[in-house]
Order: sequence, then structure tokens, then C-alpha cells
Amino acid sequence: MTKALPSPGFATFEDSDHALLLSGDGEPDFRAIQQSEDFQLLRRRIARFVIPATILFLSWYVTFVLLSAYADDFMSTPVFGVINVGLVCGFLQFVTTILITLAYARYARKKLDPQVEAVRGLVADEEML
Amino acid sequence: MNGANTFVNLGVFGAFVLLTLFIVYRASSRNQSASDYYAAGSSFTGAQNGVALSGDFLSAASFLGISGAIAVNGYDGFLYSIGWVVAWLIGLMLIAERLRNTGRFTMGDVMAFRMRQRPVRAAAANATLVISIFYMIAQMAGAGGLMALLLDVHSKVGQAIIIAIVGVVMVLYVLVGGMKGTTWVQIIKAGFLILSVSLLTIFLIGKFGFDLSAMLERATQKSPLGDAVLSPGVKYGATSTSKIDFLSLALALVLGTASLPHVLMRFYTVPNAREARRSVVWATWMMVIFYLCTMVIGFGSMALVGTDAITSAPGGENSAAPLLAFKVGGAVLLGVVCAVAFATILAVVAGLTLTASASFAHDVYANVIKHGEADPRQEVRVARFTAIIVGILAILGGIAANGQNVAFLVALAFALAASANLPTLLYSLFWKRFNTRGTLWSIYGGLFSCIVLIVFSPAMSGTKSSVFPHAHFDWFPLSNPGIVSIPLSFLAGFLGTILSKQPADADKQSEMEVRALTGIGSGLR
Repeated sequence: MTKALPSPGFATFEDSDHALLLSGDGEPDFRAIQQSEDFQLLRRRIARFVIPATILFLSWYVTFVLLSAYADDFMSTPVFGVINVGLVCGFLQFVTTILITLAYARYARKKLDPQVEAVRGLVADEEML
Repeated sequence: MNGANTFVNLGVFGAFVLLTLFIVYRASSRNQSASDYYAAGSSFTGAQNGVALSGDFLSAASFLGISGAIAVNGYDGFLYSIGWVVAWLIGLMLIAERLRNTGRFTMGDVMAFRMRQRPVRAAAANATLVISIFYMIAQMAGAGGLMALLLDVHSKVGQAIIIAIVGVVMVLYVLVGGMKGTTWVQIIKAGFLILSVSLLTIFLIGKFGFDLSAMLERATQKSPLGDAVLSPGVKYGATSTSKIDFLSLALALVLGTASLPHVLMRFYTVPNAREARRSVVWATWMMVIFYLCTMVIGFGSMALVGTDAITSAPGGENSAAPLLAFKVGGAVLLGVVCAVAFATILAVVAGLTLTASASFAHDVYANVIKHGEADPRQEVRVARFTAIIVGILAILGGIAANGQNVAFLVALAFALAASANLPTLLYSLFWKRFNTRGTLWSIYGGLFSCIVLIVFSPAMSGTKSSVFPHAHFDWFPLSNPGIVSIPLSFLAGFLGTILSKQPADADKQSEMEVRALTGIGSGLR
């Protein structure tokens, strides 16, 4: 059902001669993984997108709600025909939601998924997971 | 609408029930494991689950309620839709993938991952049960109101019988089909719903020469409020209290959606985090299409049916979409719209029943009572038995609440999810120091503050539309508690954590963080 993703960061056979991050009983050593360079990079990449995007959409939404509640004169200004600023802003909320969704999906596919594979490569070969 | 339509309505609805029951029967496996019953063996694709997510989320309140709110209040009705669409970004970026990687069946799996199991699981199950049952009673009571409107059943006994039938069918879905069958019901229903609102919308815009502005202009002429319906403030602009009430509602809508237990549980029906992400992308598209269509349907009914005709019809605001359907397509289209509304109630309630039963069996029975060592077969038996009990409670609650003003229950469910679940989930996923006491404080802090504030709000007493119109214990001025209870729950989680002498379990924290972000240790591919 899910295709194996092309994964440039995946630890291939050639470079898998480094020790796998497993604890004594063969389970993943989560402490070591958490501190690994690859995992830290994954965290930074997630934060770099998710934090600004979340702040952006929440503040845009709250602004819209506050304008609707306290600036109805401004929101009632006609733009074309009977369509006013408020309706346009409401419609733009839909548009920005779609844009952020698509941008995140793309970013995750290009930057996050390969890095997840890289971290998973620290623990085992593909078949062992 | 006269009695003759009843047969058309019943025919379309009966066909839907038979079709879905058949599919549920075919999709179900004879010997269900716990994973089959709770999570459909995690065998759905992102696209399927995305459609099912929208099916689970779009209740009759969304379809009839929102188009009606727009038809009567114009712009202020439209604000609901926006909150519910924007909310999916939280699910997409903060919750879906991490939840899928960390847990197996319930919200409690994630909240209790690095905490002391028993108290946290019990708390998570309490939150799930309270939210699901409130949400369910609102849906079931709505079903009674719909009957009066759509099937011309006006006697209380007749409505009670129909509520009971709805309850029995939905328990059948859950018992026979488990999560797999319920998911197929959601997919069929969502397809049915989106298709009919899209066709209705295209037809409406076509009628006005594909000119939205012309339609809105006509709508303003037919509304007693005139141009004001296109501007904010009709419903919430009266006083400074009503404005704060509106902010509070807006906050609960955007923060509550992605933390409703039945929405969270959907993320376990896909095999991995990538598919979980894909499901939210699909669900977002469905929401955008659906709410744009309801806007057109709302203003369209204002333009063609007129606000006065809508408010004076039995069922009030909720009758906007059915009246419009009758106006443009006669009895057949009315039958289709009614059947869609029934199907919606049925499917949403089935999803809620499954979630409540899973939470009781998996969190309370298996982990609190049996200390995590329950026989999985026995656990599924408990879940099925719970589903029957929950079904009975929903039927009784729905009959008792029939005719009551229970719209606030839906808003309350969102406020509860935003206060009890969201802070806890975010802290446990992203804050290293978060510990057991913090978890308990944020869950119970959010849950109790919400319930207490709603009890003392104008929704319960003091105004004409309250549940107890003649009593006066409404010392809290807002109908929506979110603006107080959400920050309170964040604060409670923070204070509980720093005031606890027991530090967070660092090993478990490492495991949870690595697992949440990469899936290592979860067995998922």
C-alpha cells in the first residue's frame, strides 16, 4: 500500500558499517538516537517549518476573528458588487489553509521523510524494522 | 412539506441503511482481533481515511446547522465554517503523525506513554467518555427534531421510536463491523454528502448566472436585515459580552477540532505517519469544498426561500437546506437531502460509540482494571459490551433531550476537547519536563472548569432559550467557556508539572520523542 520512498539520507549498505544504536538487549537505544546528529537535524527541520507556520495561521485567524468582532465598519467596506472585505477575508482563510497544507505536505515529503529514514537507518536495516 | 414526502424520504434513507449494513457485513471479519475492532487493522489508505475523517467530523449540525445559520444570520453563521477549516492545520502539523507513531488504539495511549499508567489512562478515558457522550446526546436529540421536520412525525412517542431505531442501527454498525465497517460507513456517507451539496451548489450558482455577487444581492433583498447580513455583528455584535462570547467560541472551534477523541482515533486506521499526514490533507480538501458549498446553500436559501419562511418553518434554522431542496428539486431532492441528514447523524453517532467503547475497554478495562494484562479477546468482548451500553445511554439521553435546546452541547464538546485534550497532548508531545501530575491537572482542570462554567452559563439558566429558563444561577456571562477554560488547563498542566516532586521519566521521554518523530519502536513501516 505504501511505496518505499526514495530516501537520499538513508544509510545504505556501503556506509552501514558504523555501530547500530542498539542497547544491550537488541532494542533501540533511544537516548543515543535522541542525541544523534541525524535526529537533532530532523528536530530542527520540523521546528523550522511548523513553528512559524503555526504562529502565522493562528495569528491570521485571530486577527480575522478580532476584526469581525470589533471592526465591523472596516469589514463591511464593499470590494466589488455587494461582496465586502469581511467575506473576502473569510474566503482568504480557506485559501491560506489550503496553501499551508500543501506547503507542509511538500516540505515533509522533501525534507522530513528522507531525514526520518536517515534516523531509522541508525537502528537497523530496512528489513529489520 | 406534507406527509406524501415521508415515503420518498424513508425510501432513500432505507436504501442507505441497507446498503451500508450490507457493506459493513461484507467488510467485517469473523474473528476480530483488538487491532481489527479498534483500528481496522490499520489497513486503510490515507485517501480513504481522509474521506472517512471528513465523514466523522461533518455532523448534521454542520450540514443543516451551518447552512441554516448562514441563511438566517448571514456572515456570522459563516464564521463557524472558517474555524472548522483552519482547525485542521493543527491536526496536520502538530498531532496526526505523532499520534500515529506513538499510540496504538486510543488517545490514552499517547497521554499515558511516559506517565504512570493507571491514573493517566483513567483520566484520558474520562475525558473521552464525557466528550463523546455530550456530543452523542446532541446528535441524537437533533435526530428527534429532524423527524418532526422531515418525516412529519410530530408525536413525542413517534420521535422516540425513531431515535431508538437510529440508536439500534448505529450499534449494529459498530458490533458487526468494528472500526473497518464504521470507516466504510463514514466513507459512503461523506461521498453522499459532498456529492449532494456540490450538485446543489452548482445548480444554485447556475440559477444566478454564475454570479455570486448577484446571488448575495438577491439574498440581502430577501432578508429583513438587508445589507447587514453580509457584515459581521448580526448575531454576536450586540454587546461587548456577546463579542467576547464569540471570541471564546472561535477559539474552541479552532483548538477543539483536532483533539476530539473520535477524530484522534481515526489516525490509527492507517499504517504509518505518512498516511496519517495524507489523510489530513484529504480531509482538509473535503472540508474546504463542503463549507464553501454550505455558504452558497445558506445564502441561496436566503435568496430563494427567504429568511422569514425559514425561521417560521418547524425546525427553524435547521430547515433552510431542506426547504431549499424542496424549492429547487421537489419531493425527490427533499428526500435525498433528508436521507443525507439522517445518514450523517447515524454515521457520526456510530463513530462516537466506537470511540467511547474503545476507550473504556482499552484504557479502563485492560490497563486500569487488568494492569495491562488483559486477554485481547476478552478486551474486545468488553468493548462490544460497552458499545451496547453506550448505545442505550445515547438512546435514553436523546429521548430525554428531545426538543430541548441542546446546541450548546456541541459547542461544549469542542470546548471540552480544546481544554482537556489539546494542552495535554501538546505538553506530552513537546515538553520534556511534563509529568504525571501535570497530565492529571491539565486533563481534569480543563474538564471540570468547562463543565462548571457551562452549568453556570446563560445556556443553562436565566434566558428564554436556556434549559431552565425560569431559574437564575447564570453568574458566568458567556455561553462558551473556552476562553477561560483553555488557558486554565494550560496553566494547570504547567503548575502541576513544576509543583510535582516526581521528575519526568527521562528514558521514557527519549523513547517517546524518538518514536513520535520517526516511528522507531512502534513497529510501523
